[in-house]
Amino acid sequence: MMIVVINGESVSLPAQIVSVSDLLKHYELHEKVVVVEINGEILTGTEHQITRLSDKDRIEIVHFVGGG
Amino acid sequence: MLKIGPLLFESRLLLGTGKYPSFTIQRQAVEVSKTEILTFAIRRMNIFEPSQPNFLEQLDTSRYTLLPNTAGAKTAAEAVRIAKLAKASGLCDMIKVEVIGCDKTLLPDPMETLKATEELVKEGFIVLPYTSDDVVLARKLQEAGCHAVMPGASPIGSGQGIINPVNLRFIIEQAAVPVIVDAGIGSPADAAAAMELGADGVLLNTAVSGANDPVKMAKAMRLAIEAGRLGFEAGRIAKKRYATASSPVEGMSIG
Repeated sequence: MMIVVINGESVSLPAQIVSVSDLLKHYELHEKVVVVEINGEILTGTEHQITRLSDKDRIEIVHFVGGG
Repeated sequence: MLKIGPLLFESRLLLGTGKYPSFTIQRQAVEVSKTEILTFAIRRMNIFEPSQPNFLEQLDTSRYTLLPNTAGAKTAAEAVRIAKLAKASGLCDMIKVEVIGCDKTLLPDPMETLKATEELVKEGFIVLPYTSDDVVLARKLQEAGCHAVMPGASPIGSGQGIINPVNLRFIIEQAAVPVIVDAGIGSPADAAAAMELGADGVLLNTAVSGANDPVKMAKAMRLAIEAGRLGFEAGRIAKKRYATASSPVEGMSIG
């Protein structure tokens, strides 16, 4: 089991979550327009599959909301 | 046509996507406004409620150019980070630099706005900084390579209209890039006035989303911006102190 911080909240992830893609599927976000940043590194969509998660990672998941 | 960097637009109305009463009304307002550029903000996702509706998902993004803003940033570094997050979506190359320096007035921080603009231009973004109506700052933003300057008409969401038309005209006259009047527009008359001053476009949000009938107001804004632009291109008459008759003085059958 791995403990990471997602959007400021501490979360423990099941062992089968290995990559960013796995994480997005786990939270049912894989078909949504989201951008992921891990420990300050911003990922493009193509990097989700190849980026592995580690214990204590600080993960930000952001999206587009209404604004002016 | 409005040309921002390499991009060409028929519409001179840029529309914000915040604070509409419902997505249905918002969709209709966007449709009748005939806008081609929609602004968005970048925020943390609520991962525990992924089914929350999102306006972007209901939009045919091939029909619109997305203009994410850096709202929430108080420093250049924060603005640059938000811009990079937005670009990593693969949906947009444009960014509205918005670095707020005062929570009460929501006026921009001029130094941080300039710094963020310089950095984002270097990073290859199409950069549209939201700025106050400061004439010298508008020039410096251009020198930094921004692709449009966006002076506020009055404080964000205040609906006070153009409070300093003199400065706005100076900014427009010296500009080598498009000038888009952003923030503070309250009514169609304000939008038309901005365009008559020679602005290349108007960005507004609350004036439409907060109207009693946002869909009707979206149409009114579209027409006002078109009318103002046509009036500017046509060239208005000079103001005179006294009357000049429109009808001929000769040939009157009286007396």
